Amino acid sequence: MVGDFRHALVIGASSGIGEAVARRLGADGGRVALVARRGEELARIAVEINAAAGETRAIIRAHDVRDTAEVPELFQRIARDLGGLDLVVYAAGVMPKVAFDEFDPAKDLDMLAVNLGGAMAWLDPAAERFSRLGRGTIVGIGSVAGDRGRSGNPGYGTSKAGLHAYLEGLRNRVAREGVRVVTIKPGFVETAMTRGADGLFWLISADRAAEIILRKAKRGVVCAYVPARWRLVMWVIRAIPSVLFRRLKV
Amino acid sequence: MLDGGRIRWVEGWGMAVAAAGYVERPTAIDEIAGILEAARETGFPVVARGSGCSYGDAALLPEAVVLDCSSMRRVLAWDAETGVVDVEPGVTVEQLWRHTLADGWWPPVVTGTMAPTIGGCLAMNVHGKNNWTRGTIGDHCLELDLLLPDGGKLTMSRERDPELFRAVIGGFGQLGVITRARLRLKRVQSGLIHAKAVAARNLGELLRQLDEAKDDWEYVVGWLDAFAGGSRLGRGLLHFARHVTADEDPEALASLDPTGQDLPATILGIIPKSVMWRLMKPSTNRLGMRAINLAKYVHGATIADGAEYRQSLAAFSFLLDYVPNWKRAYLPGGLIQHQSFVPAAAAENVFARQLELCRRRHMPSFLGVLKRHRPDDFLLSHAVDGFSLALDFPVTASRRAELWQLVAELAEPVVAAGGRFYAAKDAALPGELYRATFHNGELERFQALKHRCDPDRVLRSALAERLLEG
Repeated sequence: MVGDFRHALVIGASSGIGEAVARRLGADGGRVALVARRGEELARIAVEINAAAGETRAIIRAHDVRDTAEVPELFQRIARDLGGLDLVVYAAGVMPKVAFDEFDPAKDLDMLAVNLGGAMAWLDPAAERFSRLGRGTIVGIGSVAGDRGRSGNPGYGTSKAGLHAYLEGLRNRVAREGVRVVTIKPGFVETAMTRGADGLFWLISADRAAEIILRKAKRGVVCAYVPARWRLVMWVIRAIPSVLFRRLKV
Repeated sequence: MLDGGRIRWVEGWGMAVAAAGYVERPTAIDEIAGILEAARETGFPVVARGSGCSYGDAALLPEAVVLDCSSMRRVLAWDAETGVVDVEPGVTVEQLWRHTLADGWWPPVVTGTMAPTIGGCLAMNVHGKNNWTRGTIGDHCLELDLLLPDGGKLTMSRERDPELFRAVIGGFGQLGVITRARLRLKRVQSGLIHAKAVAARNLGELLRQLDEAKDDWEYVVGWLDAFAGGSRLGRGLLHFARHVTADEDPEALASLDPTGQDLPATILGIIPKSVMWRLMKPSTNRLGMRAINLAKYVHGATIADGAEYRQSLAAFSFLLDYVPNWKRAYLPGGLIQHQSFVPAAAAENVFARQLELCRRRHMPSFLGVLKRHRPDDFLLSHAVDGFSLALDFPVTASRRAELWQLVAELAEPVVAAGGRFYAAKDAALPGELYRATFHNGELERFQALKHRCDPDRVLRSALAERLLEG
């Protein structure tokens, strides 16, 4: 079993990192609730988790993270149906293709709604619950893209930078209550989001990313780059003066 | 939906089992009814809770509404002539005796701590050191008011709805919420107890002396050193006690003053009791507890053997309250207790096997307590005509699974001997072993009453789900 994660909730579990995290949690003996918009994908994954375990470990709830109003009640019911809650992972995220000369507020605002608004809607009640219980772990899947404002996709970087700041604020608010808030900044991970994209390097599988993420979550680290070598890269990138950074085509 | 701000981490008394729950603290019956209705509407179960003194999972359930009745603590009526008292469920044992002692009345059955609520005591049908002479607390209950999850109210007694009365008492809080209990207390002439301590060299001697004393003394209790083996297996000390009469106590009336019953605030006159558990912590391990058990036995078998002395009622009755929060010495894992009841003829054999098993598994009990019991007519009664052995075990993360397995192994000879188990202490007993101790359709009758009182299964507990549902 992974740490004390006997009951876990993964939002954005129908693909990519979220799916991989959910599969690992189920395989390691915990009960896990999978939440995502695409119910049929969730059902397929849950069936596989449960079949491999020989018992019901995965439950599913179809939900669009843009529907923030339904989150409080859904969150409470999921905790009840799991029989507890030790870990909440927010892995929902979108990154639509944005052309270099495209300025589309609809796309940008949707990224904010999914990548940041949904995280706030789910992780606020999680933080309230965990702080009152004096235990629990929250994991937010950010991105190395949130460390600088890249010209390639300003909206995406903003949503992830906002998520990083939100998670840090949450951590500073609840750490004294014994709650862990872990910020994960993946580099390039083999998911639907990166499929077909140019210029990828150090690509790791979603399962490998999930393994690292759960290990970091178990240790309760503050912020983890996945894989770790990105920490050095991003340290360098963050140090590049703005006047130079704007000349780079990233 | 429920108010998320009410969620709290709720522990069993032994701190080894716990769960998150939405804690509600009603102060009136209408509030309880409202909480039950809200739970029904939202589809959340409700678990009844008093002071949380059950060692295990009797008063908790993951993600349930925790109906904490400890704020309903009014003494509704008290008749100092007849000793009959009406109380709300959250009145504690302490509150009760402090209310009645000056009038010359004492609760006929008290637990080893005065913290439990009367509602909790009735739900688990607790016993004391005088189980042989006085029975359980249920034997002294005259009448109960029960609030059903659908809002219905029932009043019951041995004459009025007797089957339900005998099932609610000791019914784990599964049939309804007790909102009023009427008890008859026991006349006492003095606030003192006359006690005698004797030593026993082995288990057989311990049980024999306990049995021989049961009709001569109201209170009989044995302690055993669970670390001793071989010919000294089950060696221990016995304490017998009876109430002092007015003839014996020239200060009898003054000794009934409740303030004179206060437990000392310090140990050995200098150490504040509040820090004692921290001082105990370094010795709360196998080596330390072996030494403490040995020292206790040697002292009892030499200097104190045969000693007779007087104690206040509270000092004799509430040994567990001497050191506040002593259970914290067992942190971080907490502790569990296993108490099995075995018919008299089989007791020595079964208890010897249990003690040997603990030694073989290198998990000796840190505290072992023996009592003499008599049967009663409550539906899910734990009592038999025989003895009980209560064994405390520390819980550690690395050996938790082994300990749970040990509890199952300890239980097997009890089942084979026609014994029973005490649910108020339990955290780890496999349900099939608990259910195997009932042979006359008791569980089926209980489920029928459950269907009558709570068809939607609103009232639940982790203990009830583990033990009653197969």
